[in-house]
Amino acid sequence: MAKVLMKGNEAIGEAAIRAGCLNYFAYPITPQSEVAEYLVRRMPEVGGVFLQGESEVAVGYMLFGAAGAGARVFTTSSSPGISLMSESISYIAAAQCPVVFVNIMRGGPGLGGILPSQGDYLQATKGIGHGDCRLLVMAPASVQEAVEMVMKAFPLAEKYRNPVMILGDGLIGQMMEPVEFPDHLKSEPSNKDAWATNGMDHRKSNTRNLVKSLFLDPVVLNDNNLALKAKYDRMRVEEVMSEPYNTDGDYKGLIVSYGTMSRVCRTAIDMLKADGIEVGMVRPQTLFPFPVKAVEDAALKPSCTHVLSIEMSMGQMVEDVACCVKGRLPVSWYGKCGGDIPTPEEVIGVVKERIA
Amino acid sequence: MGKTFKKPEALSDAHTHYCPGCTHGVIHRLVAETIDELGIRGRTVGIAPVGCAVLAYNYFTFDFQEAAHGRAPAMATGIKRVRPDLMVFTYQGDGDLASIGMGEIIHAANRGEKFTTIFVNNAIYGMTGGQMAPTTMPGQRTSTSPFGRNVEEVGMPIKMAELLAALQTPGYITRQTVIKPKYIKKAKKAIKQAFTYQMEKKCFSLVEVVSTCPTNWGMTPVEAVDWTEKTLLEYYQPGDYKVPA
Repeated sequence: MAKVLMKGNEAIGEAAIRAGCLNYFAYPITPQSEVAEYLVRRMPEVGGVFLQGESEVAVGYMLFGAAGAGARVFTTSSSPGISLMSESISYIAAAQCPVVFVNIMRGGPGLGGILPSQGDYLQATKGIGHGDCRLLVMAPASVQEAVEMVMKAFPLAEKYRNPVMILGDGLIGQMMEPVEFPDHLKSEPSNKDAWATNGMDHRKSNTRNLVKSLFLDPVVLNDNNLALKAKYDRMRVEEVMSEPYNTDGDYKGLIVSYGTMSRVCRTAIDMLKADGIEVGMVRPQTLFPFPVKAVEDAALKPSCTHVLSIEMSMGQMVEDVACCVKGRLPVSWYGKCGGDIPTPEEVIGVVKERIA
Repeated sequence: MGKTFKKPEALSDAHTHYCPGCTHGVIHRLVAETIDELGIRGRTVGIAPVGCAVLAYNYFTFDFQEAAHGRAPAMATGIKRVRPDLMVFTYQGDGDLASIGMGEIIHAANRGEKFTTIFVNNAIYGMTGGQMAPTTMPGQRTSTSPFGRNVEEVGMPIKMAELLAALQTPGYITRQTVIKPKYIKKAKKAIKQAFTYQMEKKCFSLVEVVSTCPTNWGMTPVEAVDWTEKTLLEYYQPGDYKVPA
């Protein structure tokens, strides 16, 4: 298919359809409302379901109900909306249902602002809901990658029977870029007859299915948590994705950055190179699981003296970066989180001050 | 001689955890009889609430989902929108539906979602140990209104059937009770009617069932029936509040 120029939010909506997800429930919130405005027209064309819920809280449970009944479903929202959905995400993870959540992050905390941010890193990767639940979190750095990650998210959600989140900053949703859509996903949604409440007649079965998260017996609850943990451990082995930049040769410093911020860092690295200063970068594409080995290996290159976590958040990812480096090198943070994205010049200034 | 009275196929053999004198058992049976009579067990999905009926799925023999507190109507909406052929009902208490789930029930009803809600109103939170509900009667003592519900502070109890009937969209809103056989017959008819409207893809239906909670009311089962009839049914009057045209 030829390239088309498309706004990130609309491309995300189209990508879900091409991934075979014909069910969308959502509540409007800036800066991602264009997804709903796109899908309200597009879903009827493909025989899909579009419903604007009364709140993000309700939308979370519409997704839970629909996924529990065996349907491929997704929603899109932005930071304060995701906080409201986080209750349902805990239930969905506990009941092991596949749902895709897209968070086009805006500045926080509270109402914050409506400009791009990466302030929900910790929420997405470590604190999405009560109890021992985790999300598989992917972070796109372009509209093209957002499309590819959305299409990947549905089979992954079904593989693990767990919610998956696309964590994009506001710029990914708002900017227009050329995008080439992959072919429609060939894979049929996985067979859910073993667990979904899709009706006994539908399964030609006499055994009923339950979708639930209450396990009053402590042994059974512990077993359920062990089953969830086994899935999260498996994700750490099988689903880690990251992209290196300028790491082939020697470099004095290493940047770890993701999403829109990583693109600014890329420009800064190119400009520094012209000045004779070599800096490498690892861009996490999955934030959970975090690319621990890729960051560790890149940081431990003998020429590297300092690791910088550059974020549109106040030092949230730097904790993970420091864990990878294990105290063997200095690790520091730089970032902004008001919607004002750091410029390449600012990044260069920080690199020169701390590394060069 | 043939059997003329037997346990519905839609009910399981499990012993319920409900207290003596509680009416959940009767209401479960009426739902199960309806499902048997309509022949829909193989395409029915129930949604359990949070509250005493959280374990309702143990007593039925068809697919079930379990909601968070108050969110059952949103889950039912999700199921019904993606699988309109399934028969979906929520089974909710008054703390669940009229307090924490007020938003979800109003909007599901107002969208005219084609599922059925069985709303069991016993004027108190049961499972958590007898706290005040939005439906608790004026002066009624509960663990969080130990001196009686003070309407100056917390307002009058909410009449859900009347409130929902004020909306234009919902089709069938009725209030019943099951404290005596004469009421049970009517309640059964209402529940079957509600499921029938769903089968016909006609409208949203809610059957409120005024019920007892002898344990948390601090009464014997007999006293509870008496208090329900004299006090609750005076305020929560049985009858059809809305029927489809």
